[in-house]
Amino acid sequence: MILKLDHIYKDYIQGKMTVPVLKDVSLHVEQGEYVAIMGPSGSGKSTLMNIVGCLDRPTSGEYELAGKNILKLNDKLLADVRLNSIGFVFQNFQLLPRMSALDNVALPLIYAGVRKKVRREKAREALIRVGLEERVSFTPSQLSGGQKQRVAIARAMVNRPDILLADEPTGALDSKSSKQVMELFQKLNDEGVTVIMITHDSGIAGHAKRVVTIFDGELSEQKGEVAQ
Amino acid sequence: MLENVRLSFQGIWSHKMRSFLTMLGIIIGIASIISIVSTIKGTNEEIKNNLIGSGNNTVEVVLYQNGYTYTIYSESDIPHGIREVTDEVREQIRDLESVENVTCYNERRNTDSIFYLNNEVNGVSIRGIDTDYFSTTGYTVHRGRNFIEDDYKKFRKVLILDQTAADTMFQNEDPIGKTIEISKVPFTIIGIVDAVKKFTPTISTVQDYYSYMSEDSGTIYMPKASWPIVYSYDEPENVIVRAASVDDMENAGRQTADILNKTISPTQTETKYKADDVLERAQRLQDLSSATNNQLIWIASISLLVGGIGVMNIMLVSVTERTSEIGLKKAIGAQKGSILGQFLTEAAVLTSIGGIIGVASGIGMAQIINKVSGVAVSISVPASAVAVLFSMLIGIIFGLLPSVKAANLDPIEALRRE
Ligand SMILES: Nc1ncnc2c1ncn2[C@@H]1O[C@H](COP(=O)(O)OP(=O)(O)OP(=O)(O)O)[C@@H](O)[C@H]1O
Ligand SMILES: [Mg+2]
Repeated sequence: MILKLDHIYKDYIQGKMTVPVLKDVSLHVEQGEYVAIMGPSGSGKSTLMNIVGCLDRPTSGEYELAGKNILKLNDKLLADVRLNSIGFVFQNFQLLPRMSALDNVALPLIYAGVRKKVRREKAREALIRVGLEERVSFTPSQLSGGQKQRVAIARAMVNRPDILLADEPTGALDSKSSKQVMELFQKLNDEGVTVIMITHDSGIAGHAKRVVTIFDGELSEQKGEVAQ
Repeated sequence: MLENVRLSFQGIWSHKMRSFLTMLGIIIGIASIISIVSTIKGTNEEIKNNLIGSGNNTVEVVLYQNGYTYTIYSESDIPHGIREVTDEVREQIRDLESVENVTCYNERRNTDSIFYLNNEVNGVSIRGIDTDYFSTTGYTVHRGRNFIEDDYKKFRKVLILDQTAADTMFQNEDPIGKTIEISKVPFTIIGIVDAVKKFTPTISTVQDYYSYMSEDSGTIYMPKASWPIVYSYDEPENVIVRAASVDDMENAGRQTADILNKTISPTQTETKYKADDVLERAQRLQDLSSATNNQLIWIASISLLVGGIGVMNIMLVSVTERTSEIGLKKAIGAQKGSILGQFLTEAAVLTSIGGIIGVASGIGMAQIINKVSGVAVSISVPASAVAVLFSMLIGIIFGLLPSVKAANLDPIEALRRE
C-alpha cells in the first residue's frame, strides 16, 4: 500500500463560518495503480490533491505515504517527501518562463543536490522519454501547450518519484495533445509509477484503471464501466 | 549557491533598467564615499609627506625656549652655557639605532648684514654647515659645485644658495661667481642646491599648514669653518638627524635631544634642545582636514540608506511577481532555506554590483576632482573592498524582509495565482 488516507476532514474558516470541504474521505491506493478522481467544480478535488501532495494538512484524519506518517512530519521533511516521492503536474504547466526546457526539468535536481553535469544528463534523459529531445533548449514560450505539459511531466518524473499527481493535466489542451499526455501517463504507469489524476472529463478518466468520484466533499468508489 | 548567483545575474540582466535604477542609490552613495575617502587619504598623505621633510625622514632637533623655537638674530641673542656640538657628541648621536645620518649647523635668520652690489638683501637665513648637511637633508647641488675639503681647511669665503635664495637675489643673472658681502666680508657664490623631492601644498583651508609652508626668502650656506670669519666661535648649533624609517623619527628626535641636552651647562635652564615633532603636527593637521570630510561621509550614508530601502521595495515587488514561481519551487521540493537563499543572494548580488560600479565611479570622480581642483587624491584599496562588502551587507539586510516573505509563502496560495 503506497498511499493510505483515512477519515480525512478539511475545513476552511471563512470569517466566522467553518466551511467543510472534505468530509470523512478515505482512499487507499496500491503501488502501481492508476486512479482518476472526478467530480464537479468546487467538490474538493484540488483540496484533496494538495493534501495528498503534502502541500496542505487536513483538519483531521490520518495519512500514510510509502509507510511514512505524513501528518507527523515537519515542513522540512515534508519538502523532502515532495522532492523525492511525489511528482506534480498542473493544469497550467507552471514552467518557469525564462528557463529552457532542460533547465526547467533539471530544477528539482538542484534541490536534490545533484551536480550540474549529472543534472543536465538526467534532465536530457527525462526529456527524451517524453519525446522532446529536439526541444531541450526551447523556452516555454517557444513550445505548444502539449509540449509544455510534456516538459512538466518530464520535470515531475526526473527525480523518479513513486507517485505522479496530476490536477487536470489536460484541462488546457486540445484533444490531440490530451491524447499524447494520456499515452505518456499510460507508459509511466506501465513502468510502475502510481498515477493519481484529477479530471472533469470522463473520457480522460476512462484511461485510468480505477475511478473515484468526489461529490460535495464526499468520496465514493465508481464500480464498473465509466460512462462515456 | 553558485547556481543562485548565476540565476541572480540572469534575473538582474533580464531587468536591466529596473536593476540599474534600483542600484542607483547604492552607486551614488558608494561613489561619494569612495571619492571623499580618496580625497581625505590623498590630503593626509600629502600633509605627512610635506611635513616629514620631503619624505626624507629628517627630524630637526633645535633649541627651544619657553615652548618656542629659539632663533638667533644677532650676537646678543646667543644663549649662555650651550656649546658647539663636539665630534664626540656627534658620534654618540650617529651611533643611535634609530639614526642614519646627522648634521650640525649654525644659523642666523633675517640678518641685516647681507649685501649684493650695495643693496641689502632681506629675509634670507644664513647657515654654516658641515659636509654632511646636504646629504642628510636631501639636497643636491644642481648648478656649480658643492663645498670641498679645501673650502673647510682653507677657510674659503664661498657660498652655496638654495633655489629660493637664488631666485630672490638674482632675477636675470647667473648667481655663480657673483660676490655677496656678509658683514662686509666678500663671499663668492659657487653653487646652487635644491631639494631632491618637492611637494606642492594644496590644502589652503588649514591656517596652520599655510604658516608652516610660508617659506622665507631662502637660505645661504657657507662652510662651517668660515662661520667665525663673520660670526663668533663656539656658537650653539642646531642638529638635523635622518631617521632610519618614518617609524623611527620620533625616537631619533627624542634620543638626539636627550644627548644634546646633557651637554648643556646646568646653569642654562631656559633653553633646551627639542625635536620638532612633525608626526604630531601632521596628525593635528590631518585631523583638522578630515573632520570636515567625515561629515560628508555621513551625508553620503543617507544615500546608501535610501538605496537600501529601494532595494527592499524592488525585492518585495519581485517576490509578488514571482509568487507562482516560488509556489512551484516549493511544490517540487525546495526547502524554505533554498527560497530564502535565492532571494537573499539576488539582493546581495544586486547591491554588490551597485557597490562595484559605485567604487569605479568614485575612483573616476576622485580623478576628476584631482584634475579640476588639484586636490590630492589617493585610492584606498581596503576602503574599496570594504565598500563592496558593505554594499553586499546592505543587500542582505534590506533583502531579508522580502526573502523571508518569499520563503514563507503558502505554496497552495502561490500556485492558485495565474
Ligand atoms: N483557501 C480557501 N479558503 C476558503 N475556501 C476554500 C479555499 N480553498 C478552497 N476553498 C473552497 O473549497 C471548495 C473546494 O475547492 P477545490 O479547489 O478543492 O475544488 P475543485 O474540486 O478542485 O474545483 P475545480 O474543479 O473547479 O478545480 C470550494 O468551495 C472552495 O471555495
Ligand atoms: Mg481544482
